[in-house]
Amino acid sequence: MSQVVSSRVDTERKIALLDATAGVFARHMPAISAAMGLIVLWQLVVWVFKIPTFMAPSPIDVAYAFQQNAGILWTNMLPTLLEAVLGFFFGNLVAILLAIWFVHSSTAEKAFYPIAVFIKAIPIIALAPILVLIFGNGLAPKIIIAGLICFFPTLVNMVQGLKSASPAMLDLMRVLSASNSEILWKVRLPSSMPFLFAALKIAATSSVMGAIVAEWIGSSFGLGAVIIEATYNFRSPLLYATVVIAAALAVVLFFIVSVIEARMIRWKPAGSH
Amino acid sequence: MLGAAQLKPNVPRTEPAATAVSIRNLSVRFGDRNNEFTALSDVSVEIPEGAFVTMLGPSGCGKSTLLRCVADLVHISDGSISVFGRSPQEAREGRDFAFVFQDATLLPWRTVLDNVRLPLEVGKHAQTGDHADPHELLAMVGLKGRENALPHELSGGMRQRVAIARALITRPRILLMDEPFGALDEITRDRLNEELLRVWQETGTTILFVTHSIPEAAFLGQNVLMLQAHPGRVKEFMKVELPFPRSLAARDTVEFIKVTAHLRGLLEECL
Repeated sequence: MSQVVSSRVDTERKIALLDATAGVFARHMPAISAAMGLIVLWQLVVWVFKIPTFMAPSPIDVAYAFQQNAGILWTNMLPTLLEAVLGFFFGNLVAILLAIWFVHSSTAEKAFYPIAVFIKAIPIIALAPILVLIFGNGLAPKIIIAGLICFFPTLVNMVQGLKSASPAMLDLMRVLSASNSEILWKVRLPSSMPFLFAALKIAATSSVMGAIVAEWIGSSFGLGAVIIEATYNFRSPLLYATVVIAAALAVVLFFIVSVIEARMIRWKPAGSH
Repeated sequence: MLGAAQLKPNVPRTEPAATAVSIRNLSVRFGDRNNEFTALSDVSVEIPEGAFVTMLGPSGCGKSTLLRCVADLVHISDGSISVFGRSPQEAREGRDFAFVFQDATLLPWRTVLDNVRLPLEVGKHAQTGDHADPHELLAMVGLKGRENALPHELSGGMRQRVAIARALITRPRILLMDEPFGALDEITRDRLNEELLRVWQETGTTILFVTHSIPEAAFLGQNVLMLQAHPGRVKEFMKVELPFPRSLAARDTVEFIKVTAHLRGLLEECL
């Protein structure tokens, strides 16, 4: 009797799990079918027009490339991931600290904001060789470039976020005789979080781009180096596979930041207006 | 009558008619020499301890500025303010008063309970002095059971109740209120008016209340401080001869209408 009951509960659980999985699929069905459709279309175009593989490989060629070059892709993805993550961390850290300084000292803001804008205005591609000349061919120039790409959007958003606390909120803290650091920790930093995460989501994807661009300049490792090598040797399927990996890396970093954001920010700005 | 004794201001009671706020020849000017604007000119008024004074006047008469001067949020140009014999800055640092803004100014990432507890966490006096029980305060303002709600889950009236509970947590001797119900609908506003009178009678706190509503000024105040504009100065400091406790029904009496008619007449003269 009890066996019957437990097996029924088990079946119900399985059905619930199936339902949930089906639900996820159903929700993302438009995106999934659109992607599948485009891949099939691409395959058909390559077949029908007999496009040579070196010019544009078919999805099946790319799939083979993944299988044949799994080792190369894996060993070159790790340094790119490391550069992107470290660049993301340091670039954003410096931007956040600088934004906090700017908000507390208008002199500092006036002095350094224009310089930050100028550095942002230098094309990253032009900056990469300069940094390679200074720091050599190791990880350092790549981390710096990935960091620089993250730095500016975070600085701009963070300054705006720290200033987003309403004047009434600051009056309240003054009536409570709160110190500057109490205002920073209790009001300014929490109210800047939505602004910060908007910037971090941009930074998550662009840090991967920064690392790859840095690897183009005379590097012997990383996804950027694989892209250059595959291009010059007409190994188009490998080139495409590398691009897919690079994009996946950026999407994963973006996803991680989004999950942390959803966990951290459960509130909405107060006021019905 | 929830814990009325417990909520009394934490100070030894002095003589019954002690002065809570004394304002002498106060002037406030904004701007630089070329473009000066006089917000308040030669304002003098004495607010006795335990009083409920409402401040009324046309826009630009400086009623909010006057309140902000008492709260040490605006710099005084001339004259003096003393709050229980101390300067506004000393009174602020000593937590003699609490301020309620037009906007509830709750921190949106904090729960209702944590918002009420905020004054206990900041400033030099954090954690030291004894304070009211936040749960008891929330029950008093009718928010029992909503302790863990976030501000965006509450209505405008509820948020303002939380702001009042937060102001009372340090058992202030004076409550400064700057159009606290100005942004609320009339039904909510009437109910909060009644509740505020109850809180005032339970706690014995001195209340200074800025409003631009004539009925609100007459219903709440023992006294109405009428200001006029350009420059802001005292028009009249009048006593409202209506008995306490007042209920909303008191608004329909002839006496009440006489008071509001008088106030309306004064306001007309100000224009």
